[in-house]
Amino acid sequence: MKHKELIVDGVNITDKYAIYAENLTKKFGDFTAVNNISFNVEKGEIFGFLGANGAGKTTAMRILSGLIKPTSGTAYVAGYDVYKEQEKIKNNIGYMSQKFSLYEDLTVVENIKFYGTIYGVKPKENKERTFTLLETLNLQNEANKLVGSLPLGWKQKLAFSVAIFHIPKIVFLDEPTSGVDPITRRQFWDLIYDASNKGITVFVTTHYMDEAEYCNRISLMVDGKIAAMGSPAELKNKYKANDVNEVFYHLAHSAKRIE
Amino acid sequence: MKIIEINNLTKTYNKGKVIALDNINLAVEESEIFGLIGPDGAGKTTLFRLLTTLLTPDKGNAKVLGYDIVEDFEAIRESVGYMPGRFSLYSDLTVKENLQFFATLFDTTIEENYHLIKDIYEQIEPFKNRRAGNLSGGMKQKLALSCALIHKPKLLFLDEPTTGIDPVSRVDLWNMLKKLGREGITIFVSTPYMDEATKCDRIAFIDNGHILNIESPENIITNYKQNLFAVKSEKTYLLLKALEKFPKTINSYAFGEYAHVVLNGDENQLKEYLVQNDFKEIDIKKIDPNIEDCFIEEIRVISQHNRGINEA
Amino acid sequence: MHHKKKNNTKIFKQFGAFIRKEFYHVFRDKRTLLVMFALPAVQILLFGFALTNELKNANIMVVNQASSIESKEITDKIEASPFFTIKMAEHNAENVETYIKQGKIKAVVIFPENFGRATGKDNTVQLITEGTDPNIAKTIINYINAIIGDYQLTELNKNGTKMPFTIDVEVAMLYNPELNGSMMFIPGVIAMVMMIVCTTLTAVSVVREKEFGSFEVLLVSPLRPILVLISKALPYFVLSFANLIIILLMSKYILGVPLKGSVFLLMAESMLFILTCLTFGLLFSSIAETQAVAMLLSMMGMLLPTILFTGFIFPLENMPTFYQWLANIVPAKWYFIVVKDIMLKGVGFASIWKETAILGGMTITLTALSLLKFKKRMQ
Repeated sequence: MKHKELIVDGVNITDKYAIYAENLTKKFGDFTAVNNISFNVEKGEIFGFLGANGAGKTTAMRILSGLIKPTSGTAYVAGYDVYKEQEKIKNNIGYMSQKFSLYEDLTVVENIKFYGTIYGVKPKENKERTFTLLETLNLQNEANKLVGSLPLGWKQKLAFSVAIFHIPKIVFLDEPTSGVDPITRRQFWDLIYDASNKGITVFVTTHYMDEAEYCNRISLMVDGKIAAMGSPAELKNKYKANDVNEVFYHLAHSAKRIE
Repeated sequence: MKIIEINNLTKTYNKGKVIALDNINLAVEESEIFGLIGPDGAGKTTLFRLLTTLLTPDKGNAKVLGYDIVEDFEAIRESVGYMPGRFSLYSDLTVKENLQFFATLFDTTIEENYHLIKDIYEQIEPFKNRRAGNLSGGMKQKLALSCALIHKPKLLFLDEPTTGIDPVSRVDLWNMLKKLGREGITIFVSTPYMDEATKCDRIAFIDNGHILNIESPENIITNYKQNLFAVKSEKTYLLLKALEKFPKTINSYAFGEYAHVVLNGDENQLKEYLVQNDFKEIDIKKIDPNIEDCFIEEIRVISQHNRGINEA
Repeated sequence: MHHKKKNNTKIFKQFGAFIRKEFYHVFRDKRTLLVMFALPAVQILLFGFALTNELKNANIMVVNQASSIESKEITDKIEASPFFTIKMAEHNAENVETYIKQGKIKAVVIFPENFGRATGKDNTVQLITEGTDPNIAKTIINYINAIIGDYQLTELNKNGTKMPFTIDVEVAMLYNPELNGSMMFIPGVIAMVMMIVCTTLTAVSVVREKEFGSFEVLLVSPLRPILVLISKALPYFVLSFANLIIILLMSKYILGVPLKGSVFLLMAESMLFILTCLTFGLLFSSIAETQAVAMLLSMMGMLLPTILFTGFIFPLENMPTFYQWLANIVPAKWYFIVVKDIMLKGVGFASIWKETAILGGMTITLTALSLLKFKKRMQ
């Protein structure tokens, strides 16, 4: 079923953007976690969402993935309203975080099957995609091993593949490569590029600044606001920096709040 | 006297089925910052727990401040500071209460060693009455470091103090460690972030329970003998794929906005190949490696070596 | 010497700091605190009111071996009361036990052969009740007593001041002769609450530090492991004691349970039991690695046996020998006896020294065991 189209200023945003946010605000009591942020993410784009701990990244991500409601502002994810259509959003996105993604006491295949089933992938399809997935990740021999016994890097690659198993429109990645070795980290980004090439929009947070360079565009959050946004090259130009790390340091060091 | 001396240390789990550390040897000199650099699961935490006497080795031995890690564990516990990888302060106690508790635990007062933690503590002091659980990741680490430092240990063990915190806080933390090193405190620190290796006096690469290399970061970089190039074009993704296929490529991988290529040839050959394959805006430059390049090269050599053994 | 003195003050300082920290943990965890103090109150009220059953139309049996007018009159009076229904009337007592066992009747009133005015001044009515539900048994006894007393009073009035004859009620109880249970739940609840507060909370509070990784730091500090254990246990010792006082006050002033014996003796014995529970908690904490396991261990390992084998809900006398034997290793059983004897019977230390010794022995063994099991290292 095709959902209703949304036209803002003559632009059909459901066609153009995977994520559309305008003046998005979230308050917890007196505390404004997300302060009036506006940004768009285009379809198929790899969008890096950077910021210091406590800058409001997690809150923003939770709003966009339909977990909490914003206090005010507008946001559409995959064309669905974050206020009213949270369930539809959840069906159209994938989510992976560094903390939890797979069940350690289930085998690789059991994990894949479980997630495939809860996202409504048909059994036959499920089987075929599982086969392809294991082949891509070179995990055929580990298919029936417990996920807990795999090295972290493999787990993270598997977790990502599971997050996009149902071929969502957008995948949210919350520090997916934290603590992963440099080689596996790059293999992980190969997977991200592949997904992006297939048309899946990637929304990713990271603390590795070299990874920020792999994104088409990045935004930098400071104290609940977006302090800078653009392609890595644009930002480096603007702040006369050698790399994104310097841009980040320049902007985030002025941060006031620590929560 | 060596501050830490490790001889043939081996540790296994699950009755020998999982080898966490395989025959490790290393020594740490007085007042140096020694970095243990390696990915998750390499064996970093196990080594920390052995040295802080929380675990006993299967084979080999180690001395910390001249004390044996098995026999003299009480003496070691009296004199070292330790900050485990997981955040380990009491989240329901305030900043001040946490610090106070650890000060008393080590029979000292906040005032006595305030100069050591001043730089760090000043940043969190405005929030001293806030519960530690309500601090951001960076602030928590700063508080944890303050708590580990408050008794002015001769040797400080920091297991991944910068994991999961943002780049700004990371820079702050490393500046503080540098300063402590100048105070004569020896620091044994681990990190999964390769770029932090340059902040150490000496580093050991650790992977899969093995120590690959122990050197100063400068020497590690000087010892790098390969031809390394940074390459850029308008299509990053396709560029990476193309570089993999180039016959003279020894290794290639993304690195920020550039791709890094280890070549068995010169840049002109590469340029020619890329032009043939319709790449535009090509930018190739020969570069000096950084620590991450060195680590990747080490791993490549080892896996090639292992493959050689397997095939033979 | 000087060094030693300094060392002592150091230990006291560390100890003080640790205990202060533990109290912060306790008082900042409002929910646990609420559960800890609200739970006993709720239980006291719940048990207190749930167990005082109203008696209505209890089935009883009359064995009239006398066939005198008096026995007939008393039987009629019982029948007429709203509390009893005479289900059976026989002339001999042969089948009494079978009927009670089958649950057909709750009690039997037996008039002996020579019952009646004619036979003399002193007469005895036998009353046998089924004791597994002690509250009902007790109520039945009271009511039958009241009915007979009432009968005597009417007789007295009929004959002026001259008492024609007196009737004694001889009570026998089947299956639970000591009438455990009526007010017995108070000692039971005390034992249970101590178990929850001391064992569970102590175990959880140690294991929580393991989970958060702070235990590693404590181990790698100069703090002696034994101090960690004592500091962890002390706040819960204090809280349990406060809890005990609340329970005792509630039982005395809200439920009217008597406290016949010495309050100090009761307190002293309770402290011993609290210690026993604390050592159990510490022992569990050295086994468990997660809070969930610690919780399960103390629930399954302590709470369930306390409920089952203490005798305050299910009389031990009715249990198979094996279970009775098993009950002996449940500390709550011994504490239950102690509290019951002091509160309800008013006995002194001389009568309960054996139970005290057993509890003391258990505590010492457990302390030794937890010290032995306490890991100076990780695994």
